[in-house]
Amino acid sequence: MEQRNVDLSPAELLPILPGHSSPGRFERVLRAGKFAVTTELAPPDSANPAQVYERASIFDGCVDAINATDGSGAHCHMSSIAVCGLLTRAGYSPIMQISCRDRNRIAIQGEILGASAMGVSNLLCLTGDGVQAGDHPQAKPVFDLDCMSLLEIGRTMRDEGIFQSGRKLDHSPPVFLGAAANPFAPPHDWRPLRLAKKIAAGAQFVQTQYCYDIELLQNYMRRVRELGLHEQVYILVGVGPLASARTAQWIRANVPGVHIPDSVIDRLSGAQDQRAEGISLCVELIQQIREIEGVHGCHIMAYRQEHAVPEIVRRSGILQDRAKRMRSGTRHSSLKPPL
Amino acid sequence: MYRLRHWSVSNARMLEAFYNGFEKVIVKLHPLWNRLGYQRLEKPFAVTEKLVKGVLFDCQMCGQCALSSTGMSCSMNCPKNLRNGPCGGVRGNGNCEVKPQMKCVWVAAWEGSQRMSDPQAISQVQHPVDFRQLNKSSWLQVARSKNSSN
Repeated sequence: MEQRNVDLSPAELLPILPGHSSPGRFERVLRAGKFAVTTELAPPDSANPAQVYERASIFDGCVDAINATDGSGAHCHMSSIAVCGLLTRAGYSPIMQISCRDRNRIAIQGEILGASAMGVSNLLCLTGDGVQAGDHPQAKPVFDLDCMSLLEIGRTMRDEGIFQSGRKLDHSPPVFLGAAANPFAPPHDWRPLRLAKKIAAGAQFVQTQYCYDIELLQNYMRRVRELGLHEQVYILVGVGPLASARTAQWIRANVPGVHIPDSVIDRLSGAQDQRAEGISLCVELIQQIREIEGVHGCHIMAYRQEHAVPEIVRRSGILQDRAKRMRSGTRHSSLKPPL
Repeated sequence: MYRLRHWSVSNARMLEAFYNGFEKVIVKLHPLWNRLGYQRLEKPFAVTEKLVKGVLFDCQMCGQCALSSTGMSCSMNCPKNLRNGPCGGVRGNGNCEVKPQMKCVWVAAWEGSQRMSDPQAISQVQHPVDFRQLNKSSWLQVARSKNSSN
């Protein structure tokens, strides 16, 4: 893969290069042909910003962007837009997740503008988990939009400078638009075509569900390459360390859409230190994923194991020359200036 | 009518052919609808449509029917009201994440769409639902819009 030098500190907004959509570095990293690394920040059940910064600081210097989840699993937490606002203030590069479950199109479009105004360059457009999965099953599910129409609205706001109603914006939001993909859920033969549909709706990058089955991913990517989709969208494959065989079994039984083969559970249950084995397995998966043609990065979701992320990144060797990258203010002086 | 819903998906091709004929008639009768008044016809049409499509598809009367591009599986039965394909939560057996006893309407839609004259129709991005059309007749809507665009 051809690689160019880019400025790699994650924080500040850069001039938007020709052919780019956003002033963020995450897009630059991907467009420069680097293997991108993202992770996920679990928003606190708290009104204290220090808890956000504490959680983000674990990832200092080892990821290209941090996803701020939006009521993931339909549980109530600090909002993703607030987490992103805090993160940009402190010089982190967030990917704001927007779910269609809790807000209608009026609220969501307002948030897109607000997020962009606060320096958020990346949006991840999601449908969201059903309310039955969360801590407020009695809540009203909104689902005014779905992930596809949300992508389309985001793109229209950015490229045409209008709301869905057609009303004009004074300044359109320069955002890099992402979506989710799940190559591991049925109907398997439709999943690559669904990716094509998301690209048509405006997706520029996708982050996938957890991958524990390389063979399924390879089949998916083969079809993606046949359709030429890997040249139209950046694909970041989801990975994560499993804490134990019991956790893996629980996830398999209770989290729809996560596919964990028996071989993974057997390997974990046979290990002396299951937590360490889970991390090793994650590192090995990243190394295998990286070899698949058309994969542009990985998305490490280490729920309740966030402290393992720097080790996983270091051991898998995916950061290459970006190992010294820091937040602004602590930026290493030998880094090259922006392009 | 959960079982009839699946019969409809299995017979998507036949229902599509029937609907195409039916639509032609409805569109042609535009002058008649015009004379009688679309406004006045709204209620009887909606009641009839709800009855027929309710039985066949568990129709939710969104008023902007997309059955022709969703393999005759009504996407408004998706608990997340997805209009553009399945979410990532589809269970290994093809059932719904939210309602584990129900087959995912989009898994059904995919099967049905492959039986229809244009298997690619399902790949077309559907715009978000216009909630003003809720409980209105999409048949009348088609008659009106196809005549105004000609």
